[in-house]
Amino acid sequence: MSLSRFLSIIAMLGLCLFPAIAGAQVLDDAKLKPLVEALAGDNFDNTSKAVSELAKSGAPRAAAILNALSAGDLYVSKTDKSVFIGAREGSDYAATDPLTGAKLAPVPRSAAEKIKVNNRLRRDIGAAIGGLTLMSTNATERRTAAEAILKNRDPETIPLLDQAITAEKDAGIKVLMQRAKAAAVLNSTAVDDVKIAAIAEIKSGNGREALGLLTPLANVQGPVGEAASAAISSINSELELWNGIQNIVYGLSLGSVLLLAAIGLAITFGVMGVINMAHGEMVMIGAYTTFVVQQLIRTSMPGLAEYSLLIALPAAFLVSGAIGVIIERGIIRFLYGRPLETLLATWGISLVLQQATRSWFGASNVQVSSPSWMSGSFDVGMLTLTWSRLWIIVFALSVFAVLQLVLKKTMLGLRMRAVTQNRRMASSMGIRTPWVDALTFGLGSGIAGIAGVALSQIDNVSPNLGQGYIIDSFMVVVFGGVGNLWGTLVGAMSLGIANKFLEPFAGAVLGKILVLVLIILFIQKRPRGLFALKGRAIEA
Amino acid sequence: MFSLTARFIGTLAAAAMGATLALAPANAAEDTIKVGILHSLSGTMAISETTLKDTMLFLIDEQNKKGGVLGKKLEAVVVDPASDWPLFAEKARQLIEQDKVAAVFGCWTSSSRKSVLPVFEELNSLLFYPVQYEGEESSRNVFYTGAAPNQQAIPAVDYLANQEGVQRWVLAGTDYVYPQTTNKILKAYLNAKGVKDEDIMVNYTPFGHSDWQTIVSDIKKFGSAGKKTAVVSTINGDANVPFYKELANQGIKAEDIPVVAFSVGEEELAGLDTKPLVGHLAAWNYFESVDSEANAEFIKQWHAYTKNDKRVTNDPMEATFIGFNMWVKAVEAAGTTKSDAVIDSIVGVSVPNLSGGSATMMPNHHITKPVLIGEVQGDGQFDIVYRTPGLVVGDEWSDYLPGSKDLISDWRKPMSCGNFNVVSGKCGGVTN
Repeated sequence: MSLSRFLSIIAMLGLCLFPAIAGAQVLDDAKLKPLVEALAGDNFDNTSKAVSELAKSGAPRAAAILNALSAGDLYVSKTDKSVFIGAREGSDYAATDPLTGAKLAPVPRSAAEKIKVNNRLRRDIGAAIGGLTLMSTNATERRTAAEAILKNRDPETIPLLDQAITAEKDAGIKVLMQRAKAAAVLNSTAVDDVKIAAIAEIKSGNGREALGLLTPLANVQGPVGEAASAAISSINSELELWNGIQNIVYGLSLGSVLLLAAIGLAITFGVMGVINMAHGEMVMIGAYTTFVVQQLIRTSMPGLAEYSLLIALPAAFLVSGAIGVIIERGIIRFLYGRPLETLLATWGISLVLQQATRSWFGASNVQVSSPSWMSGSFDVGMLTLTWSRLWIIVFALSVFAVLQLVLKKTMLGLRMRAVTQNRRMASSMGIRTPWVDALTFGLGSGIAGIAGVALSQIDNVSPNLGQGYIIDSFMVVVFGGVGNLWGTLVGAMSLGIANKFLEPFAGAVLGKILVLVLIILFIQKRPRGLFALKGRAIEA
Repeated sequence: MFSLTARFIGTLAAAAMGATLALAPANAAEDTIKVGILHSLSGTMAISETTLKDTMLFLIDEQNKKGGVLGKKLEAVVVDPASDWPLFAEKARQLIEQDKVAAVFGCWTSSSRKSVLPVFEELNSLLFYPVQYEGEESSRNVFYTGAAPNQQAIPAVDYLANQEGVQRWVLAGTDYVYPQTTNKILKAYLNAKGVKDEDIMVNYTPFGHSDWQTIVSDIKKFGSAGKKTAVVSTINGDANVPFYKELANQGIKAEDIPVVAFSVGEEELAGLDTKPLVGHLAAWNYFESVDSEANAEFIKQWHAYTKNDKRVTNDPMEATFIGFNMWVKAVEAAGTTKSDAVIDSIVGVSVPNLSGGSATMMPNHHITKPVLIGEVQGDGQFDIVYRTPGLVVGDEWSDYLPGSKDLISDWRKPMSCGNFNVVSGKCGGVTN
């Protein structure tokens, strides 16, 4: 209050000293005020009109006001209908005057109403801001501006774009602006030659986007339509090729998820021969450990939030591994050699673990956040790759490599293999087979736990998380060949790719059924899977 | 657990009654009216249904504070059908035959409702069903307090067509009865509005689908035909989180291709970072952000009851609230909890809803509702961007499907028919 009065005194002083300049400023504000108040119109059409009026006024603060509106930070007071920029502060809004940027007295939340925006309005605001910030000194602002205009394709922005293109130094933004101009040209009443040049410009850009811009033109009579049709068919044939690549990449990504889910099972089921129905719950526990770790980090060490997943990895391994050891020592060791009882017992354990999680954390999903290096996507040619999927491929392969090392190069690995190949012989060599059993089961469960850390990034973290993966995991292990890690790798990847090639033709539901049928046929032909173990080991 | 204790007490009471029949004609068990709660507390559907169980316990608690119904306290009998459809029928039978409940509030999925329907008709009991569903059903013993397709799907499509100028439609759903029937109705509706088949893409995915890469990229491809495209999502429960994550990661913004969902509410968004999803839509008859006194009061009491001021409220909770209050009012009007009397007295009963209006039970056992369209906000809540000017009456038999457009339902006497054919002038049977 006192600050604003102080400011107004300064303004008054200014008014006396520099009547001409300050007079213009005050007049500007007086003109701007109704424009800003019109933003609180009673329907979206009126607000949309007010947005374009405000943008046309060219007021220096227009962009800031529109940004606040788009972000949902603009409020209107219920009592005097004045508009302010608000930020939540307890039960009040900390208010800022949109015209001057001066601080106002806080407004109680019940006394103000948010000015609502919908998608259409948000698009209009984006384009309006785009027009205002095209010449901004900030490169990111210019880029967003060009993108917004590219979407809006308003022919009125062409002169502005011309001006911006000549001034632009950054090559990437310049290309974007040229493309935005070409899109606007196609939307205008320009002559055919100009439009054909614009089609060529658009065609050189992002394939999907170009298709969207060009398709409506294909039915136009004359040279423009012909040029557009030619461009469309050339883009389409290129897209066909990329489709194949996309299927392989998406297949590898699905395969890596399957690999992660199945690799722990490849140890407990594949190497030890325990039909572990609670495997999925180990994955789920890993995901919940990630959640707990993130909660702890958020409350005690917010600076580490970006690395929470890296911290969660060993934690999940230990938690799931420990629970695995407890299950093995407590239940499974009494049931070796009785597959049916093991199946029923572990099925029971899985239900107990699910319900325990449900009572502990609640039935709803919990939120696991993604670090910034795992969100978003990037384009390779006409292919969109998401960072999270890419990291999961890398992660799955490294887990596989580490596990191979453990099994082949460490003492524990040697003992594990010895015990699973010939238990009595290993025992008579002085290996404590019960401990090796417990550690093997713990290792398999721990690996399932770290798979949970990765899956928390792409799936629900709910008590049901594991159920979705248990059947797929068994499928991968059986298909790849029981007792062989390489089989699990090849099995997961080939199932992933087969799924992704079938999906576009057959749909997700039928695709999955087809994969199952193919596996059944395959198992009929080769009951021991892709990479069958040979020799005496299999009789044991 | 709860039901076991209740049954145990019931047995004790029965034994006591046998022993002291002459001495004490009134006993504790008869002073209460039992209300059955049939929601999954374990298994896949627990994520959604547990909240409704809590809501019912909360409503019963509030009613008892007001003195109960007909001067008797209400007593909740909770059973857990564990997301297992045949078990729903078994538990429903147990509630009606053994626990002798006056009415049952429950079910979420259409599969579970279809499973219990014959039980309620055979034993002539009452079921209040609080979830939006595909329509094409009307039973004398069931009260549908959730939305029928014309109270959710069709207004949402109209909003997108009128406000956003959408011309191309992706109908994406989970592969089961609700999405398939809804999409059939929507397709017929869009065709009737002049949308060509080539501008409609229908896609089904299995329950719990988690790999959305191909489908999201297909949606992108479908959306790059130069016409404004929108996705109408009937994707259910668990599959939504990975779907929205993939949308956000592949950079599909609501300004480009908006997604309007019929099964995503405040509860489902709780597991998601909604900042990249701002502007995607949902169509419901209630949002937690509804600005009304009734709603503010309800949320306050709910937070006090659950002792957790972070618990969100959602549409099926409002439907449960309306259904419960309608039952209370109908029982008080009838002066008894007997099914036949309540069925007769409940039609026309009107109770306040939470969005500042009122809901009326219609003769077809569906209720009147306003339709609200909300856009997802960064804080996991919805901003209401559209509201139908009046109330919409639930239409059980869709006007856009060839088999059902001639059917109406009216459970008032003397018609008392769930599928009366107005062309032939005959009642087609009890249901279906």
